[in-house]
Amino acid sequence: MTLLPARGGPPPGRAAAVLVLTAAALVSAVPFYWMVVASTRDNAELFASPPPFLPGGRLLHNLVALQDSIGFGRVLLNSVGVSVVYTVLSSLISAMCGYGLAKYRFRGRGLLLGLVLATMMIPFQVLLVPLFQMMASLGWVDTYQAVILPFLANSFGIFLMRQAFLGFPDELIESARMDGAGDLRIFYRIVLPVVRPQLGALVIFSFMTQWNAFLWPLLMLNTEDKYTAPVALYTLIGQSHVDYAGLILGSFLATLPVMLLFFLFQKQFVSGLLGGAVKG
Amino acid sequence: MAQQTTARKPVAAAPAKAGPTRGRRRTSRTAPWMFAGPAAALFGVFFAYPLLAGLYQSFTADRDGVTTWVGLAQYRRMMHDPIFWTSLRNIALILVVQVPLMIALALVMAYGLNQSWLRFRATYRIACFLPAVTMLVAYSVVFRVLLKTDDGLVDQALTAVGLPSVDWLNSPGWARIALIGSITWRWTGYNAVILLAGLQGIAREQYEAAAIDGAGPATTFLRVVLPQLRPVILFCLVTSTIGTLQLFDENYVLTKGGPGNATMSPVLYLYKVGFEQLDFGYAAAIAWVVVVIIGLISYAQFRFLGKDATR
Repeated sequence: MTLLPARGGPPPGRAAAVLVLTAAALVSAVPFYWMVVASTRDNAELFASPPPFLPGGRLLHNLVALQDSIGFGRVLLNSVGVSVVYTVLSSLISAMCGYGLAKYRFRGRGLLLGLVLATMMIPFQVLLVPLFQMMASLGWVDTYQAVILPFLANSFGIFLMRQAFLGFPDELIESARMDGAGDLRIFYRIVLPVVRPQLGALVIFSFMTQWNAFLWPLLMLNTEDKYTAPVALYTLIGQSHVDYAGLILGSFLATLPVMLLFFLFQKQFVSGLLGGAVKG
Repeated sequence: MAQQTTARKPVAAAPAKAGPTRGRRRTSRTAPWMFAGPAAALFGVFFAYPLLAGLYQSFTADRDGVTTWVGLAQYRRMMHDPIFWTSLRNIALILVVQVPLMIALALVMAYGLNQSWLRFRATYRIACFLPAVTMLVAYSVVFRVLLKTDDGLVDQALTAVGLPSVDWLNSPGWARIALIGSITWRWTGYNAVILLAGLQGIAREQYEAAAIDGAGPATTFLRVVLPQLRPVILFCLVTSTIGTLQLFDENYVLTKGGPGNATMSPVLYLYKVGFEQLDFGYAAAIAWVVVVIIGLISYAQFRFLGKDATR
């Protein structure tokens, strides 16, 4: 990591830079502070003029109301379950596919790679109607497999892992094979440990994507106690009298895990963002 | 099951390069599909099949509950559909105005974040990236409250400093500006973090050499930083362009495409046609036109980039 050397530039330039960055950081972060304020107030206070600037004392009250209206605890558990199952399966399937594409020559390899790149460019909404009809004819509407299965093969993850495996020396694989190790054993014991950073990025990304997934779960799930957090919170928006304080509290709490992940794993995040396409 | 069907292919194919031992030859034939098979099967079932089913559907229409073949009728209908053309113009506007604006802002942000004298660098970086990890529902609620008619927070701020009140989400022009603003809010930090990674790849010696040659900050930026950052900037441009062509989330939660289709995008339109009007044939036709447009533009960009951004 190379940072710019401290240039003896004129202080006014630096002051301007700090000002611009501070403004950008405030614009980005103030809505989150405001969510904290809103979570601890009641609806009437939120739209008062002038609006409140400091947290109030209604946090517990709003939390209880949220639990009563959408069973927030249950909904969070659903989200955790769906996201964890998705993350484990999807990371494994994507990593294996990336390995197959990077380290083997076989018929259909070019086609598969083309398919992977194509899914990255084609908007998922294009598949909505046919996928919906497919799930309906399978009788899978309102099940978790319908939420999870269509996205298990994650083209972004496959590409990321393929790029990671490409750099692994073939000689090491070859010599392990000479020693009698099977293909799966070589993959798990020798190759996978080396690409742990990229695998970490994939795991974090998969979890975040499924945790935030909104439209597809909204279309698929229609029993309240199966809802994931984004779906349950969205149903609050549709009501005639919107409980903004509760909605904001729920949204904030549901966003927290992802914020925490970013906070803890910034490096993996960035390498994941780049998708192995650019050397960081 | 998935594995069996796919694993047969390489066996039927011409024999692979024979290895020195029998055991090794066997693994080299089936092993690739052991790894790639599950993903390939999932792609086949949940991507290729619905995509092709949609293509077939785009040549059909539902008449009195019966699906009939109508040839190119749905595509002809699209050519004369003003909402479809409006949606294309809307994303063209975003492509021309919002994407360059956002990349420029992200570049400024990243350049600032890369200065070694900057204190609390990590705090700034995290703050700038926060919008990109926000849950869509949270994003939606925040902007609804900020832009609410009459007592929204932005409106209150405007009137407090003596400016006229603006009905953000109910007038076409302001709704477009609000949409552009909210997309920029969500994705600028994301691009800045990517650009920052690119900036950190530029060696310190290059700055020092520029300083010794007497280059000022502006010259250093234009002559040293920008050329080296070109692949990363192009990467951001490509991903932002594809993102814009696929625009759905932001206008779905903010305006539902309104008022009067001022913020309609092609993907949101196909969603409405499919799931609100239940006109599956027409939705499929729009979907395929979107696929072709994205394909063409992405292809052009990848060609233009060459091997710059992809290894």
